[in-house]
Amino acid sequence: MGFDQYHEPADELPEETRTFARLCASLTEEAEAIGWYEQRISVESDRQARAIMRDAQGEEFKHFSMNLEFLLRRSPLWREIAEGILFQEGDIVEHGEEAEEEATEEQALRGAPLVGSESLGIGGVRGSGR
Amino acid sequence: MSHLLREHAPVTEAGWELLDSEARERLTPALAARKLVDFAGPHGWAHSATNLGRTEKIAEVPEEEVAARRRLVLGLVELRVRFSIARSELEDTDRGAEDIDLDALDQAARRVARAENAAVFHGWSAAGIAGIIEASTHDRIALGEDCERYPRHVAKAVDALRAVGIEAPYGLALGPETHTRVLETSEHGGYPLLEHLREIVGGPIVWAPAVTGGAVLSVRGGDFLFDSGEDLSIGYESHDADAVHLYLEESFSFRVATPDAAVALEP
Repeated sequence: MGFDQYHEPADELPEETRTFARLCASLTEEAEAIGWYEQRISVESDRQARAIMRDAQGEEFKHFSMNLEFLLRRSPLWREIAEGILFQEGDIVEHGEEAEEEATEEQALRGAPLVGSESLGIGGVRGSGR
Repeated sequence: MSHLLREHAPVTEAGWELLDSEARERLTPALAARKLVDFAGPHGWAHSATNLGRTEKIAEVPEEEVAARRRLVLGLVELRVRFSIARSELEDTDRGAEDIDLDALDQAARRVARAENAAVFHGWSAAGIAGIIEASTHDRIALGEDCERYPRHVAKAVDALRAVGIEAPYGLALGPETHTRVLETSEHGGYPLLEHLREIVGGPIVWAPAVTGGAVLSVRGGDFLFDSGEDLSIGYESHDADAVHLYLEESFSFRVATPDAAVALEP
Protein backbone atom coordinates (compact mmCIF):
# COMPACT_ATOMS: atom_id res chain seq x y z
CA MET A 1 0.00 0.00 0.00
CA GLY A 2 1.19 3.54 -0.67
CA PHE A 3 0.99 6.58 1.57
CA ASP A 4 -2.39 7.80 0.42
CA GLN A 5 -3.80 8.06 3.94
CA TYR A 6 -2.00 11.41 4.05
CA HIS A 7 -3.59 14.37 2.34
CA GLU A 8 -0.76 16.69 3.31
CA PRO A 9 3.00 16.11 2.81
CA ALA A 10 3.89 13.44 5.38
CA ASP A 11 7.12 15.16 6.40
CA GLU A 12 5.16 18.26 7.43
CA LEU A 13 2.75 16.32 9.64
CA PRO A 14 3.41 15.85 13.36
CA GLU A 15 3.97 12.23 14.42
CA GLU A 16 0.67 12.13 16.33
CA THR A 17 -1.24 13.22 13.23
CA ARG A 18 0.47 10.54 11.12
CA THR A 19 -0.47 7.87 13.68
CA PHE A 20 -4.02 9.23 13.79
CA ALA A 21 -4.24 9.09 9.98
CA ARG A 22 -2.92 5.52 9.89
CA LEU A 23 -5.53 4.37 12.37
CA CYS A 24 -8.27 6.21 10.45
CA ALA A 25 -7.18 4.35 7.31
CA SER A 26 -7.12 1.12 9.27
CA LEU A 27 -10.63 1.77 10.62
CA THR A 28 -11.90 2.27 7.06
CA GLU A 29 -10.32 -1.00 5.93
CA GLU A 30 -11.86 -2.94 8.80
CA ALA A 31 -15.29 -1.48 8.03
CA GLU A 32 -14.89 -2.43 4.38
CA ALA A 33 -13.88 -5.98 5.34
CA ILE A 34 -16.95 -6.28 7.60
CA GLY A 35 -19.15 -5.23 4.67
CA TRP A 36 -17.45 -7.65 2.28
CA TYR A 37 -17.88 -10.61 4.66
CA GLU A 38 -21.50 -9.66 5.14
CA GLN A 39 -22.06 -9.86 1.38
CA ARG A 40 -20.11 -13.12 0.97
CA ILE A 41 -21.98 -14.77 3.84
CA SER A 42 -25.32 -13.71 2.40
CA VAL A 43 -24.66 -15.48 -0.91
CA GLU A 44 -22.78 -18.55 0.40
CA SER A 45 -24.84 -21.74 0.57
CA ASP A 46 -22.20 -23.99 2.24
CA ARG A 47 -22.79 -23.94 6.02
CA GLN A 48 -19.17 -24.69 6.90
CA ALA A 49 -17.90 -21.89 4.63
CA ARG A 50 -20.40 -19.49 6.16
CA ALA A 51 -19.24 -20.43 9.67
CA ILE A 52 -15.61 -19.74 8.73
CA MET A 53 -16.52 -16.37 7.27
CA ARG A 54 -18.64 -15.50 10.32
CA ASP A 55 -15.60 -16.25 12.44
CA ALA A 56 -13.41 -14.08 10.23
CA GLN A 57 -15.95 -11.28 10.33
CA GLY A 58 -15.84 -11.47 14.14
CA GLU A 59 -12.12 -10.73 13.94
CA GLU A 60 -12.88 -7.66 11.84
CA PHE A 61 -15.44 -6.50 14.42
CA LYS A 62 -12.74 -6.75 17.03
CA HIS A 63 -10.17 -4.89 14.89
CA PHE A 64 -12.66 -2.16 14.01
CA SER A 65 -13.58 -1.69 17.67
CA MET A 66 -9.96 -1.52 18.81
CA ASN A 67 -9.14 1.05 16.11
CA LEU A 68 -12.18 3.10 17.03
CA GLU A 69 -11.37 3.04 20.74
CA PHE A 70 -7.80 4.21 20.00
CA LEU A 71 -9.04 7.11 17.88
CA LEU A 72 -11.65 8.12 20.44
CA ARG A 73 -8.99 8.17 23.16
CA ARG A 74 -6.89 10.51 21.02
CA SER A 75 -9.76 12.81 20.09
CA PRO A 76 -11.71 13.98 23.16
CA LEU A 77 -14.33 15.85 21.13
CA TRP A 78 -14.99 12.80 18.94
CA ARG A 79 -15.23 10.67 22.08
CA GLU A 80 -17.65 13.06 23.70
CA ILE A 81 -19.92 13.07 20.66
CA ALA A 82 -19.66 9.28 20.32
CA GLU A 83 -20.63 8.82 23.96
CA GLY A 84 -23.88 10.63 23.25
CA ILE A 85 -24.69 8.34 20.31
CA LEU A 86 -23.24 4.87 20.90
CA PHE A 87 -25.13 2.23 22.92
CA GLN A 88 -28.12 4.53 23.41
CA GLU A 89 -31.74 3.58 22.89
CA GLY A 90 -33.95 5.85 20.78
CA ASP A 91 -33.51 8.05 17.75
CA ILE A 92 -29.96 7.94 16.45
CA VAL A 93 -30.17 11.22 14.51
CA GLU A 94 -31.64 13.03 17.49
CA HIS A 95 -28.88 11.72 19.77
CA GLY A 96 -26.33 12.78 17.15
CA GLU A 97 -27.58 16.35 16.96
CA GLU A 98 -27.76 16.69 20.74
CA ALA A 99 -24.36 15.14 21.35
CA GLU A 100 -22.69 17.40 18.78
CA GLU A 101 -24.30 20.53 20.16
CA GLU A 102 -23.40 19.74 23.77
CA ALA A 103 -19.86 18.65 23.02
CA THR A 104 -18.96 21.60 20.80
CA GLU A 105 -20.35 24.08 23.29
CA GLU A 106 -18.19 22.59 26.04
CA GLN A 107 -15.19 22.54 23.70
CA ALA A 108 -15.70 26.24 22.94
CA LEU A 109 -15.69 26.96 26.66
CA ARG A 110 -12.26 25.38 26.85
CA GLY A 111 -11.13 27.44 23.85
CA ALA A 112 -9.96 24.45 21.83
CA PRO A 113 -9.88 25.10 18.09
CA LEU A 114 -12.00 22.15 17.14
CA VAL A 115 -15.56 22.17 15.93
CA GLY A 116 -17.32 25.20 17.35
CA SER A 117 -14.15 26.92 18.57
CA GLU A 118 -13.95 30.68 18.48
CA SER A 119 -10.16 30.98 18.29
CA LEU A 120 -8.50 32.16 15.10
CA GLY A 121 -7.24 28.61 14.58
CA ILE A 122 -3.70 29.66 13.72
CA GLY A 123 -1.89 26.99 15.75
CA GLY A 124 1.60 25.95 14.72
CA VAL A 125 2.70 27.39 11.41
CA ARG A 126 5.91 25.43 10.96
CA GLY A 127 6.41 24.64 7.30
CA SER A 128 4.41 27.68 6.19
CA GLY A 129 7.58 29.25 4.77
CA ARG A 130 9.21 32.46 5.78
CA MET B 1 -20.73 30.73 25.46
CA SER B 2 -16.97 30.89 25.99
CA HIS B 3 -15.16 33.40 28.22
CA LEU B 4 -14.51 35.48 25.10
CA LEU B 5 -18.16 36.62 25.35
CA ARG B 6 -18.35 37.19 21.61
CA GLU B 7 -22.10 36.63 21.58
CA HIS B 8 -22.52 39.78 23.71
CA ALA B 9 -20.75 42.01 21.20
CA PRO B 10 -22.85 44.12 18.83
CA VAL B 11 -21.03 42.55 15.90
CA THR B 12 -22.79 40.65 13.12
CA GLU B 13 -21.60 37.36 11.67
CA ALA B 14 -20.10 39.21 8.71
CA GLY B 15 -18.34 41.57 11.11
CA TRP B 16 -16.79 38.70 13.07
CA GLU B 17 -15.75 37.04 9.84
CA LEU B 18 -13.97 40.21 8.76
CA LEU B 19 -12.27 40.73 12.14
CA ASP B 20 -11.13 37.12 12.43
CA SER B 21 -9.81 36.92 8.89
CA GLU B 22 -8.00 40.26 9.18
CA ALA B 23 -6.39 39.15 12.46
CA ARG B 24 -5.38 35.81 10.96
CA GLU B 25 -3.91 37.53 7.92
CA ARG B 26 -1.87 39.96 10.01
CA LEU B 27 -0.75 37.49 12.63
CA THR B 28 0.37 34.54 10.55
CA PRO B 29 3.36 36.20 8.81
CA ALA B 30 4.52 37.82 12.05
CA LEU B 31 4.41 34.74 14.33
CA ALA B 32 8.04 33.84 13.66
CA ALA B 33 8.54 31.58 16.65
CA ARG B 34 5.74 29.23 15.60
CA LYS B 35 7.49 28.70 12.25
CA LEU B 36 10.54 27.25 13.97
CA VAL B 37 9.61 25.65 17.29
CA ASP B 38 7.41 22.70 18.27
CA PHE B 39 3.81 23.76 18.86
CA ALA B 40 1.73 21.68 21.29
CA GLY B 41 -1.97 22.25 21.81
CA PRO B 42 -3.99 24.34 21.92
CA HIS B 43 -5.17 22.76 25.15
CA GLY B 44 -7.88 25.29 25.91
CA TRP B 45 -8.37 28.24 28.23
CA ALA B 46 -8.51 26.03 31.32
CA HIS B 47 -4.97 24.70 30.70
CA SER B 48 -2.88 26.49 33.31
CA ALA B 49 0.54 24.86 33.44
CA THR B 50 3.06 22.80 31.50
CA ASN B 51 4.33 19.64 33.15
CA LEU B 52 8.11 19.80 33.52
CA GLY B 53 8.40 16.24 34.77
CA ARG B 54 10.58 17.43 37.64
CA THR B 55 10.21 17.73 41.39
CA GLU B 56 11.77 19.55 44.29
CA LYS B 57 12.25 18.22 47.77
CA ILE B 58 10.04 19.61 50.53
CA ALA B 59 12.19 19.83 53.63
CA GLU B 60 9.43 20.19 56.18
CA VAL B 61 7.02 17.28 56.38
CA PRO B 62 3.96 16.83 58.59
CA GLU B 63 5.09 13.44 59.90
CA GLU B 64 8.45 11.82 60.67
CA GLU B 65 9.90 9.28 58.20
CA VAL B 66 7.82 10.76 55.38
CA ALA B 67 9.63 11.97 52.29
CA ALA B 68 7.90 14.65 50.27
CA ARG B 69 8.48 16.18 46.85
CA ARG B 70 6.63 18.89 45.01
CA ARG B 71 5.95 18.68 41.27
CA LEU B 72 7.40 21.52 39.22
CA VAL B 73 5.31 23.07 36.48
CA LEU B 74 5.69 26.08 34.21
CA GLY B 75 2.64 28.31 34.49
CA LEU B 76 1.12 29.61 31.28
CA VAL B 77 1.16 33.34 30.61
CA GLU B 78 -1.86 35.18 29.27
CA LEU B 79 -1.26 37.90 26.69
CA ARG B 80 -4.04 40.36 25.97
CA VAL B 81 -3.99 43.42 23.71
CA ARG B 82 -7.05 45.65 23.66
CA PHE B 83 -8.32 47.44 20.58
CA SER B 84 -11.47 49.26 19.50
CA ILE B 85 -13.35 49.26 16.22
CA ALA B 86 -15.77 52.04 15.26
CA ARG B 87 -19.34 50.77 15.11
CA SER B 88 -19.91 52.82 11.98
CA GLU B 89 -17.12 50.84 10.27
CA LEU B 90 -18.71 47.55 11.30
CA GLU B 91 -22.07 48.74 10.00
CA ASP B 92 -20.44 49.57 6.68
CA THR B 93 -19.04 46.03 6.59
CA ASP B 94 -22.61 44.75 6.57
CA ARG B 95 -23.40 47.13 3.72
CA GLY B 96 -20.61 45.51 1.74
CA ALA B 97 -17.87 48.12 2.14
CA GLU B 98 -14.41 46.77 1.28
CA ASP B 99 -12.20 49.49 2.78
CA ILE B 100 -12.97 49.08 6.47
CA ASP B 101 -10.61 50.82 8.90
CA LEU B 102 -9.06 48.03 10.94
CA ASP B 103 -5.83 49.80 11.86
CA ALA B 104 -6.39 49.27 15.58
CA LEU B 105 -6.76 45.53 15.05
CA ASP B 106 -3.66 45.43 12.85
CA GLN B 107 -1.67 47.22 15.49
CA ALA B 108 -2.92 44.86 18.21
CA ALA B 109 -1.96 41.88 16.04
CA ARG B 110 1.54 43.30 15.57
CA ARG B 111 1.89 43.85 19.32
CA VAL B 112 0.81 40.37 20.37
CA ALA B 113 3.00 38.72 17.70
CA ARG B 114 5.98 40.82 18.78
CA ALA B 115 5.39 39.91 22.42
CA GLU B 116 5.23 36.20 21.57
CA ASN B 117 8.39 36.36 19.46
CA ALA B 118 10.27 38.34 22.10
CA ALA B 119 9.33 35.86 24.83
CA VAL B 120 10.38 32.85 22.75
CA PHE B 121 13.64 34.26 21.37
CA HIS B 122 14.84 36.65 24.07
CA GLY B 123 13.05 35.18 27.09
CA TRP B 124 10.81 36.79 29.68
CA SER B 125 12.23 36.37 33.16
CA ALA B 126 9.20 37.87 34.94
CA ALA B 127 7.09 35.11 33.39
CA GLY B 128 9.66 32.36 33.99
CA ILE B 129 10.41 31.93 30.30
CA ALA B 130 13.98 31.40 29.10
CA GLY B 131 14.37 32.37 25.45
CA ILE B 132 16.19 30.53 22.69
CA ILE B 133 18.86 33.22 22.31
CA GLU B 134 19.59 33.74 25.98
CA ALA B 135 19.58 29.99 26.72
CA SER B 136 22.08 29.17 23.95
CA THR B 137 25.33 27.75 25.29
CA HIS B 138 27.33 28.61 22.16
CA ASP B 139 29.44 31.71 21.63
CA ARG B 140 27.43 34.44 19.97
CA ILE B 141 28.33 35.31 16.40
CA ALA B 142 28.30 38.96 15.37
CA LEU B 143 26.73 39.49 11.95
CA GLY B 144 27.94 43.05 11.38
CA GLU B 145 26.76 45.20 8.52
CA ASP B 146 28.71 43.55 5.72
CA CYS B 147 26.09 41.25 4.22
CA GLU B 148 28.65 39.58 1.97
CA ARG B 149 30.03 37.92 5.10
CA TYR B 150 26.67 36.58 6.33
CA PRO B 151 27.02 33.18 4.63
CA ARG B 152 30.31 32.69 6.47
CA HIS B 153 28.73 33.61 9.83
CA VAL B 154 25.71 31.41 9.30
CA ALA B 155 27.91 28.51 8.15
CA LYS B 156 29.96 28.95 11.31
CA ALA B 157 26.78 28.70 13.39
CA VAL B 158 25.74 25.55 11.51
CA ASP B 159 29.19 24.08 12.14
CA ALA B 160 28.89 24.84 15.85
CA LEU B 161 25.57 23.00 16.01
CA ARG B 162 26.89 20.05 14.05
CA ALA B 163 29.96 19.88 16.30
CA VAL B 164 27.79 19.16 19.34
CA GLY B 165 25.70 16.58 17.49
CA ILE B 166 22.71 18.74 16.60
CA GLU B 167 21.69 17.49 13.18
CA ALA B 168 20.05 19.30 10.25
CA PRO B 169 17.67 20.72 9.27
CA TYR B 170 18.28 24.13 10.78
CA GLY B 171 16.21 27.28 10.59
CA LEU B 172 17.32 30.88 10.55
CA ALA B 173 15.41 33.62 12.38
CA LEU B 174 16.36 37.16 11.45
CA GLY B 175 15.20 40.40 13.03
CA PRO B 176 13.44 42.78 10.62
CA GLU B 177 16.45 45.01 9.92
CA THR B 178 18.79 42.13 9.23
CA HIS B 179 16.15 40.36 7.17
CA THR B 180 15.60 43.42 5.00
CA ARG B 181 19.35 43.78 4.48
CA VAL B 182 19.54 40.14 3.38
CA LEU B 183 16.60 40.52 1.00
CA GLU B 184 18.18 43.55 -0.64
CA THR B 185 21.51 41.90 -1.23
CA SER B 186 22.75 39.93 -4.18
CA GLU B 187 26.18 38.38 -4.08
CA HIS B 188 28.76 38.62 -6.82
CA GLY B 189 27.14 37.22 -9.94
CA GLY B 190 23.66 38.36 -8.81
CA TYR B 191 22.80 35.27 -6.76
CA PRO B 192 20.34 36.30 -4.03
CA LEU B 193 21.90 36.16 -0.57
CA LEU B 194 18.65 34.77 0.83
CA GLU B 195 18.92 31.69 -1.41
CA HIS B 196 22.55 31.17 -0.45
CA LEU B 197 21.66 31.28 3.27
CA ARG B 198 18.76 28.90 2.70
CA GLU B 199 21.14 26.39 1.14
CA ILE B 200 23.43 26.62 4.14
CA VAL B 201 20.75 26.08 6.81
CA GLY B 202 18.64 23.65 4.80
CA GLY B 203 15.44 24.92 6.45
CA PRO B 204 13.24 28.00 6.69
CA ILE B 205 14.47 31.58 6.91
CA VAL B 206 12.03 33.50 9.04
CA TRP B 207 11.31 37.23 9.36
CA ALA B 208 11.12 37.74 13.11
CA PRO B 209 9.62 41.01 14.38
CA ALA B 210 10.86 41.99 17.88
CA VAL B 211 14.00 39.87 17.51
CA THR B 212 17.33 41.65 17.71
CA GLY B 213 19.90 40.00 15.47
CA GLY B 214 18.75 36.45 15.03
CA ALA B 215 19.50 32.80 15.61
CA VAL B 216 20.37 29.63 13.76
CA LEU B 217 18.49 26.81 15.40
CA SER B 218 17.60 23.19 14.99
CA VAL B 219 14.16 22.52 13.52
CA ARG B 220 14.42 18.72 13.85
CA GLY B 221 11.88 18.86 16.69
CA GLY B 222 12.03 18.24 20.43
CA ASP B 223 14.41 21.12 21.22
CA PHE B 224 12.12 24.14 21.63
CA LEU B 225 8.66 23.63 23.03
CA PHE B 226 5.74 26.05 22.73
CA ASP B 227 2.75 24.93 24.79
CA SER B 228 -0.46 26.67 23.78
CA GLY B 229 -3.39 26.98 26.17
CA GLU B 230 -5.85 29.13 24.32
CA ASP B 231 -4.68 29.93 20.83
CA LEU B 232 -4.95 33.50 19.60
CA SER B 233 -8.57 34.61 19.78
CA ILE B 234 -10.59 37.80 19.62
CA GLY B 235 -12.78 38.46 22.63
CA TYR B 236 -15.33 41.10 23.59
CA GLU B 237 -14.88 43.53 26.45
CA SER B 238 -17.52 46.25 26.16
CA HIS B 239 -19.12 48.72 23.77
CA ASP B 240 -20.54 52.22 23.73
CA ALA B 241 -22.43 54.25 21.16
CA ASP B 242 -19.35 54.79 19.00
CA ALA B 243 -17.10 51.77 19.29
CA VAL B 244 -16.82 48.11 20.18
CA HIS B 245 -13.97 47.37 22.55
CA LEU B 246 -12.34 44.03 21.84
CA TYR B 247 -9.08 42.26 22.58
CA LEU B 248 -6.68 39.75 21.12
CA GLU B 249 -5.70 37.08 23.58
CA GLU B 250 -3.69 33.91 23.98
CA SER B 251 -2.12 31.81 26.72
CA PHE B 252 1.10 29.85 26.37
CA SER B 253 4.33 28.69 27.93
CA PHE B 254 7.68 28.15 26.26
CA ARG B 255 10.74 26.19 27.30
CA VAL B 256 14.07 25.29 25.80
CA ALA B 257 14.77 21.56 26.08
CA THR B 258 18.16 21.65 24.31
CA PRO B 259 20.02 24.90 25.01
CA ASP B 260 22.87 24.01 22.64
CA ALA B 261 20.47 23.52 19.70
CA ALA B 262 20.68 27.23 18.80
CA VAL B 263 23.39 29.77 18.08
CA ALA B 264 22.66 33.45 18.69
CA LEU B 265 23.49 35.96 15.98
CA GLU B 266 24.22 39.49 17.16
CA PRO B 267 23.42 42.41 14.89
